[in-house]
Amino acid sequence: MFYLFCPYCGEHREEEEFHPRGQAHLSRPEDPDGCTDEEWGDFIYFRTNPRGLHHEIWVHAVGCRKFFNVTRDTQSYEILETYRMGSAPRITDLNDKQQSREVQA
Amino acid sequence: MSEAVNAAVNEPIRVAVMEQLPKANVTARSPLAHSTRVVPGTIQETAGVYLWEEALRTHLAIRGNAGSADFSRGVEAATGLALPDRLQCSQSGDWSLSWIAPDEWLLIGPGKEAYAMELSLRAQLDGHYAVINLSGGQTLLRLAGPKARLVLMKSCPYDMHDRNFPVGKVVTTVLAKSQATVHRIGDEEWALVVRRSFADYVWRWLMDAGKEYDLGPRRPE
Repeated sequence: MFYLFCPYCGEHREEEEFHPRGQAHLSRPEDPDGCTDEEWGDFIYFRTNPRGLHHEIWVHAVGCRKFFNVTRDTQSYEILETYRMGSAPRITDLNDKQQSREVQA
Repeated sequence: MSEAVNAAVNEPIRVAVMEQLPKANVTARSPLAHSTRVVPGTIQETAGVYLWEEALRTHLAIRGNAGSADFSRGVEAATGLALPDRLQCSQSGDWSLSWIAPDEWLLIGPGKEAYAMELSLRAQLDGHYAVINLSGGQTLLRLAGPKARLVLMKSCPYDMHDRNFPVGKVVTTVLAKSQATVHRIGDEEWALVVRRSFADYVWRWLMDAGKEYDLGPRRPE
């Protein structure tokens, strides 16, 4: 079970209260009509499936019903950080120990 | 297309607000009317936990920008209650205002005042906000007694310990396989807001969970 920190409720809650909503930080092409089929298909259908660091969207479905982002290690299942929609992740490289020290501090 | 959308956003808000209680002499039935009938003679004077429904109360959802001074002033002018902080509740007399989300609050009060309160909120608020009458969509359960916390501990994954759940806190969490907004009113007093369609399920769950603590109906006054 994950024990997730909801950045809106300001508390850790059980995984039961949340739903995962897939890869975070996808941006819709600014000019959909100008896209090639391949670019548009990539945006609509294709997602990364990394072994290691992954930024994901989760929703606090049974709590405040807000969406937020989670940085998770898909190999160890460790939750590295959670942060609000619209902000950037602080951890972008699993091997960069300095980053995780900063987040823990 | 975006110009049309912008024009629509700038139009004055027109909302059809109506009295939702029937004018005719119709008997109101709460979501738990069928299960809360107490058979005379079954009231226990010394139960470990008491469970009853506070039926047919006013439930209004208020949404808006907590950071806007106009919004919080408007809510306070209409309800007499300050917007509560995160996971908190403001109470005064029969009315309570609970935090649900950063931009959403739940106002609970006497059953027949939903329409008047909604009108007074709409008179005080302006701009981007919402007031929604949920009175028919959910109901209020009360759990009390020395063993009430044990019943909740069995039913919720949330930490109900005093250090994590002091009096005055409001938390929306998983209750049984449904959900509830749990408010700790006093040391041994809890209020649960549940959806009307799940009310029967939650009621039966709590009746069963409370069995080992001698569950009884409403605490004797």
